[in-house]
Amino acid sequence: MSVSVEPTSVDTPAGERGESRPGEALRPHAEHAFAAELAALAAQDDRPRPERWLLSPWAVATYLLGGTLPDGTVITPKYVGPRRIVEVAVTTLATDRALLLLGVPGTAKTWVSEHLAAAVSGDSTLLVQGTAGTPEEAIRYGWNYAQLLAHGPSRDALVPSPVMRAMAEGMTARVEELTRVPADVQDSLITILSEKTLPIPELGQEVQAVRGFNLIATANDRDRGVNDLSSALRRRFNTVVLPLPASAEDEVDIVARRVDQIGRSLDLPAVPDGIDEIRRVVTVFRELRDGITSDGRTKLKSPSGTLSTAEAISVVTNGLALAAHFGDGVLRAGDVAAGILGAVVRDPAADRVIWQEYLEAVVRERDGWKDFYRACREVSA
Amino acid sequence: MSAGPGAGPPPAPGAGAGGRGPGPLLLGVRHHGPGSARAVRAALDAAAPRVVLIEGPPEADALVPLAADKEMRPPVALLAHVTDEPGRSAFWPLAEFSPEWVAIRWALEHGVEARFIDLPAAHTLAPESEGTDPGQDGPVDAPAGAVPPAGDSAPPPDEAAAVRIDPLAVLAETAGYDDPERWWEDVVEHRGPAADDPFAPFAVLEEAMTSLREAYGDGGHKRDPVREAYMRLRIRAAQREFADDVAVVCGAWHVPALRRRATVGADRALLKGLPKAKVQLTWVPWTHRRLSRASGYGAGIDSPGWYGHLFSAPDRPVERWMTKVARLLRDEDRGVSSAHVIEAVRLAGTLAAMRGRPLPGLTETTDAVRAVMCEGSDVPLDLVRDRLVVGEVLGEVPESAPAVPLQRDLAQAQRRLRLKPEPLEREIELDLRKETDAARSTLLHRLRLLGIAWGEPVVSRGSTGTFRETWRLRWEPELSVRVAEAGVWGTTVLAAATARAEADAVGAPALAEVTALAERCLLAELPDALPVVMRVLADRAALDTDVGHLAQALPALVRSLRYGDVRGTDTRALAGVAAGLAERIFVGLPPACAALDGDAAVEMRGHVEAVHGAVGLLAEATEGAAGAGGVRGRWHAVLRVLAARDTVPGVVAGRAVRLLLDEGELAQEEAARLMGLALSPGTEPADGAAWIEGFVGGGSGGGMLLVHDERLLALVDTWLTGVPAEAFTDVLPLLRRTFSAYEPGVRRTLGELVRRGPAPRTNAEATGSGLPGFAPDLDTGRADAVLPLLSLLLGLGDPDGEPGTTDTETDPHTGTVTGTHSGTGDGDAHTGTGTDNDAHTGPGTRADSDSTRADSGSTGADSHRDSDSHSDSEDDLVRMAP
Repeated sequence: MSVSVEPTSVDTPAGERGESRPGEALRPHAEHAFAAELAALAAQDDRPRPERWLLSPWAVATYLLGGTLPDGTVITPKYVGPRRIVEVAVTTLATDRALLLLGVPGTAKTWVSEHLAAAVSGDSTLLVQGTAGTPEEAIRYGWNYAQLLAHGPSRDALVPSPVMRAMAEGMTARVEELTRVPADVQDSLITILSEKTLPIPELGQEVQAVRGFNLIATANDRDRGVNDLSSALRRRFNTVVLPLPASAEDEVDIVARRVDQIGRSLDLPAVPDGIDEIRRVVTVFRELRDGITSDGRTKLKSPSGTLSTAEAISVVTNGLALAAHFGDGVLRAGDVAAGILGAVVRDPAADRVIWQEYLEAVVRERDGWKDFYRACREVSA
Repeated sequence: MSAGPGAGPPPAPGAGAGGRGPGPLLLGVRHHGPGSARAVRAALDAAAPRVVLIEGPPEADALVPLAADKEMRPPVALLAHVTDEPGRSAFWPLAEFSPEWVAIRWALEHGVEARFIDLPAAHTLAPESEGTDPGQDGPVDAPAGAVPPAGDSAPPPDEAAAVRIDPLAVLAETAGYDDPERWWEDVVEHRGPAADDPFAPFAVLEEAMTSLREAYGDGGHKRDPVREAYMRLRIRAAQREFADDVAVVCGAWHVPALRRRATVGADRALLKGLPKAKVQLTWVPWTHRRLSRASGYGAGIDSPGWYGHLFSAPDRPVERWMTKVARLLRDEDRGVSSAHVIEAVRLAGTLAAMRGRPLPGLTETTDAVRAVMCEGSDVPLDLVRDRLVVGEVLGEVPESAPAVPLQRDLAQAQRRLRLKPEPLEREIELDLRKETDAARSTLLHRLRLLGIAWGEPVVSRGSTGTFRETWRLRWEPELSVRVAEAGVWGTTVLAAATARAEADAVGAPALAEVTALAERCLLAELPDALPVVMRVLADRAALDTDVGHLAQALPALVRSLRYGDVRGTDTRALAGVAAGLAERIFVGLPPACAALDGDAAVEMRGHVEAVHGAVGLLAEATEGAAGAGGVRGRWHAVLRVLAARDTVPGVVAGRAVRLLLDEGELAQEEAARLMGLALSPGTEPADGAAWIEGFVGGGSGGGMLLVHDERLLALVDTWLTGVPAEAFTDVLPLLRRTFSAYEPGVRRTLGELVRRGPAPRTNAEATGSGLPGFAPDLDTGRADAVLPLLSLLLGLGDPDGEPGTTDTETDPHTGTVTGTHSGTGDGDAHTGTGTDNDAHTGPGTRADSDSTRADSGSTGADSHRDSDSHSDSEDDLVRMAP
């Protein structure tokens, strides 16, 4: 006996406010920010769509990877990375397997999951944020206790979770940071993913997932071992590992684009032409992260920090703010040096040696990096 | 559909269209394509020719029957090499799923003759052929590359890249694929042979190739017209014998050219005057790994294992593949259930549909395996790639196959160098300045690298010059087996040793081993291996966090650097690595010196000394090279840090101060200040003793320093006097170790100085201008005494004609003792006299000196005797006390 959950019965004040004035939001949802692109894709998409999908899998992949539609509409790339990854992710959702996005912090896991949900279901807000304190109610359902006491257990007293709503409506649900959720709460996902049903024993009812329901989880694989997924749960996911950007140019591109966006939204004064410095930051991050210099000639030790692209973005943003407010308005080596040092040296003993070794063995010898070397020496000393 | 511009009247029959037309049956294939292989078998079954002609060196015709041998297991390769020059060689690898192999086996099974029809290896391997070296990478990809034999050593690679076309790439691009491999998989490999017409796939492919060749001619494969002319001639010969019952298996690229009508005369003309070499052929075992592109042989396919699977799987290739993968992962203790296999197959199928491919290919299956079975991780996937996609298949060759070329190369070298393999042991002296001897040395070193222990280096008698080597030679029968084993490394001693050195370097567990290998590479003159070894060395050094390892590696490296100079090898790479290594040591040393216990500190002092010596040599060796000039300066900076830092153990800090003092980097006053700091009452007596040990201990000639700089001696003396009685027992062993290593003469002098008491100290302070411990003015009388010897050493002749030769030879000791003012440098001069003085004089002088130090020394020794804790090793001090 399945019961549908009325979307209107759920009070989502935040969502409504966001919908009423999307322009005001500090960060609008993906489906609002890229509504035009989604509409254009939907209009021209003639391939078969799985039930309740707004777009065909092919169009979803195009939405994420970018491209130009036959009528000339340009779709901006949301994810810069291997096509393979996006294809596997989209195909997984189409085969009604749940999708687990793994990756070190700052590899756009949440970003990808949000855009996937927006493109597939047109709604990226069915979200459970995983924390150490996430209760079972957040994944199954809770009770409105006033209702419960006044009228006894009934559907009206039930507060459905985002996952429950997604099941009832055939939408895509998202669980962020799955590995931070306590193990017993994680396990409540097993029935949902294998039986595609959510029993409500208190009412003798159940919610059966309708076609189109799926779930995207993200997990941070630096946190492995915190609340590792049980193999039973793991088996119900197809796993896609989001890698760090493959080429330096990609990464420079990502950093430059995001820095620009963030800078605009924070109203930082415009600082011209920081691309060289950005390239330098990205080079340093990549070399230390990969443990090898960009020319492939020298191996290096890797520090303990992740040195993700997201950190590179914040180093550059920080540097821009420094340059704009305290410097001469141009992004210089000195503006980013302190930020880099902070990002690289996480363990004061071991990382410092690694950083010094890198400075002496690689940076010092490099042509045109004299200013950078001096700046780094100054802050490291 | 046949050729465009026909060349002359058509004597050749044929020019048939698709299907089984008249003329020879031309089966255009892709080398190592399982789909092609299957199609070839079907076509041969259908056509039942009386002779099968295969693209390959005709000299190998005699070796064909070996393919039927029970012990012959693919993958194998035909190896052709020039008889006198085994290094000039080429391989034609064949796997189970190679169409050529299928054709050979088909012919043997049906009792039909199989012949090779490509240009003879005698021509392709001939030295002058087009002025380039037809080394291994050339013809290897000839039969193994994509449809055309892309290699063939024709133009040099760089030029080739620009000129040659890859027909598959062109076709794939035309079809809208970005990856030629994938296009080929989709249109050929993933289609079973059409049941109705076994010749259809060949007809279609021929059509495509014909239009390609109309557009591109020979596509930059300059040698192709010659090869094709030869093939046409051979086909004609076969046709004369067997009429049209002839099947030809060759790269699809060649089919249009073989179909073309050309006159016998024109073909002959093309073949005229080709250079020729004497070649020999044999079968050698091959591996899937070497078939794959990753091996560096460029044989051309990424996934021999996958192709083998496609070839051998009767049906449902994807399901079978996934099951194989699951089994492999289960064997490695990964929980992979049937449910995983089902999901993986589903995902692969859906992915293929989304990508618009007829069947899941390797890419789809790999993506599915990664997402479903490997939890997104590439680590187990690497295992799958290694074991299944490439596959660890090793071919076998029957023993009746001809011998390996390494043996020949070695025999040749032995003849050339007149170095006979004899079972009797003998010793030879090599003078490396002579060409033959140098070549002999190189050969022996190379053989040693290969594990063929024919010669053992022994210590040279007589001369110790670096240009002389002594070897003990002995050829044992089992060494022939070793040579055969070493055959896997290459066809010549040089190539094999290079390959072996590279492999050893990659596999070496410790940094020091790699350094040693670098040294051996220099000795064996393996310039090609050196970059790899250097690379590994640099990588290991970069990742090694133990400064001790680095410090151990540096001296050997610097030695080889200097040795390389002697031999005239290009050692720039070496210098770069050495400089990098030094840099890493400089950075890592100060933190590594913190918080060490006694033993570790003594070890670290050894490292500091070793690095110090190496840095000196390195600075010399890299002098002039830009940026390297500062090595010494930076090392001094490191030493200063060591000297000044509190956490650095005394023995290391003392050593650092001493090294700086010796280099003239530290003024005497500064050294005295640092010593005062280290010996101030606040420091633990044990630390102070350690500092003294570091500063003046060991074989560093520190005793002379104390003799000559009385201020330092006074500091030590004051400190020693101040050591409390109970602490004295603890510092005694260290002090004893420090001072007992001194020459008896030095000890006596020290003792006398101490007996004289504090007077010299005030003296030294009073002198001011001069060196501490010396009179302000020169004692000309004593200084003159040293002049004769000095001029003799400098070769200036006798200044006064006064001292006779006998005089100067007996004089030096007195001369140095009296005359040298340098303080430390004359430790050596003393060893001349001192070495023979042994324990008999030792205790006496010590007792002497000790009695003079009655105030500090003897009381301490007494208390030591009372405590009775040290009975054995400290007996010297015990003996001297009463």
